[in-house]
Amino acid sequence: MSAEMIQTSYREALREGIRDALKRDARVFLMGEDVGRYGGCYAVSKGLYDEFGPERIRDTPLSECGFTGAGIGAAMGGMRPIVEIMTVNFSLLALDQIVNNAATLRHMSGGQFNIPLVIRMACGAGKQLAAQHSHSLEGWYAHIPGIKVLAPATLEDARGMLWTALEDPDPVVIFEHVMLYNRTGQLAADAGPVPIEGAAVRLEGTDLSLVTYGGCLFKTLEAAGQLAAEDISAEVIDLRCLRPLDDATLMTSVAKTHRAVIISEEWRSGSLAAEVSARIMEQAFWDLDAPVGRLCTAEVPIPYPKHLEDAALPQVSAIVDAAKAVLNR
Amino acid sequence: MSDTHTSAGGKLHLNRDHALHLLREMLRIRRFEERCAELYTQEKIRGFLHLYVGEEAIAVGVMQCLAPEDAVVATYREHGHALARGIDMKTLMAEMYGKQEGVSRGRGGSMHVFDAATRLYGGNAIVGGGLPLAVGLALADKMQGRARVTSCFFGEGAVAEGAFHESLNLAALWRLPVLFICENNLYAMGTALERSESETEIFHKAASYKVPAVSLDGMDVIAIEATTRQAVAAIRAGEGPQFLECRTYRFRAHSMFDAQLYRDKAEVEAWKRKGPLLRFRHWLEETHMLDAAEAERIESEVEDELAAAVAFAESGTWEPVEDLLRDVHTEQPA
Repeated sequence: MSAEMIQTSYREALREGIRDALKRDARVFLMGEDVGRYGGCYAVSKGLYDEFGPERIRDTPLSECGFTGAGIGAAMGGMRPIVEIMTVNFSLLALDQIVNNAATLRHMSGGQFNIPLVIRMACGAGKQLAAQHSHSLEGWYAHIPGIKVLAPATLEDARGMLWTALEDPDPVVIFEHVMLYNRTGQLAADAGPVPIEGAAVRLEGTDLSLVTYGGCLFKTLEAAGQLAAEDISAEVIDLRCLRPLDDATLMTSVAKTHRAVIISEEWRSGSLAAEVSARIMEQAFWDLDAPVGRLCTAEVPIPYPKHLEDAALPQVSAIVDAAKAVLNR
Repeated sequence: MSDTHTSAGGKLHLNRDHALHLLREMLRIRRFEERCAELYTQEKIRGFLHLYVGEEAIAVGVMQCLAPEDAVVATYREHGHALARGIDMKTLMAEMYGKQEGVSRGRGGSMHVFDAATRLYGGNAIVGGGLPLAVGLALADKMQGRARVTSCFFGEGAVAEGAFHESLNLAALWRLPVLFICENNLYAMGTALERSESETEIFHKAASYKVPAVSLDGMDVIAIEATTRQAVAAIRAGEGPQFLECRTYRFRAHSMFDAQLYRDKAEVEAWKRKGPLLRFRHWLEETHMLDAAEAERIESEVEDELAAAVAFAESGTWEPVEDLLRDVHTEQPA
């Protein structure tokens, strides 16, 4: 890998990933609401319509069920569709196709049909969009056997997960947290595909494991920085792949730190955070020096006013407090 | 059945061999379904079982017009489509039993018949759920420059689902090679058409999406074949999706759990007198294409095929429990 680095954003990294895929494989096309002439609701696909044309950057009507199902059909018909559902909130209108078709058809057909489909969607809160535009439902999707679920948080993952997902013969759902699109940083000029399995240790530490993903990663890293100032060494694990979960990386970390807090923007009840907590209990109970902690969103529809939205979501100070709580500090 | 067999298109060359083929195909479905009902009461077949008795003319008529490379998307009432499409009755019956020799490895059962070899994409048991798949299959064909047709069967109940409207709009907007076939048997489970739709002329809904649409007698196999042939030709000529509303009736209950409290016995009997097999057979006899000996020969051959299918299913094997998780995901080479 060359050492040359470029300044880029999460949004641009995603776009490069899509452009790269469109160039690599003539079967790849992007389909969704306003992905073409408008340039994408979050401007991820801006410019691609002019570059690749209306067949491959395909604007759809407001028909989440219809075009998601069409993506499944097109995948079975030999294409490699990228379906963009504008946000996870609207994906509820496509749940039937994702859960009843994409996730089941291979198994139910006795292995006769693959669904090599990628579905991308924005998710999460933080932009004062209120209760119907702020959902974090990735845990619902991670509940479903037959699909893989990814949550790229870093520039490398934003750039690299898509191609690997498209090469996967089975359906993959990618969640892009809305608060990440504008994040900028340095990315290798020749950055390319990355694995779509395995968690990543983003910060090594010895006193406790902070387990998170997606939109909460950078809040958690900031909290780890504050903890370090108080001589608390936090390890930060980015799950990256929400299904399947990387148990080995989690348990290795807990075996070292003996304490864990899971930070996620979901509601706590029935959450992915609950699943991770249960797995640590099942597999690393005797390594634990304290009960596993969880910091999730308050169990309320996300309110519009900033002070209430902030109060509902996991924040850096609350992560610091949750970490100290499992350390009895 | 029209008296002349020229009502809907009239371009069908109906020679005796083909006429007897149509009869045999419908009879294969009828006898298969009747045997399934028996096997269900014997608990050989479990789960939900939805029978196609009374609607045979539609699958048989349409399938005559499809080429091997075309695709079929069907519903949970799809045994007839599977047989008419050319799936071996043995592997279909094994699927009913849940045996691993079944066409879907026994994984799907009655409602989920899949077959890559004949491009049958289910066996879809969420009402309306198959329509977007058909749109996507056709989109893939169009984008890859393949002149194939995707046929999509659904009941009139699906017309109330959003998926129906989204799919018709997409197919028309993108001029996709989809043949939509609405099997309007007048009841969505137990809800009569006029109790669920403000517009009961289903084909008008398709026309509102600028999809050429016709309504025809779903009990007339010849009319269905003739009309389908025209629709398929239009699709292959690049004219975009076409829509057939076939007015039909299911003679048996919705499923094996249905006490049929929602319709009169007299209504059922009246429709039975218009049944596709009865009428076609009668017409064949009148026109001297079928005599008693020939009829008996066909019945006997179908009975033999069915007996062999049941024997095949009986002697089939259960998928090992160790394979439970196989094909949830594609097995990647280690």
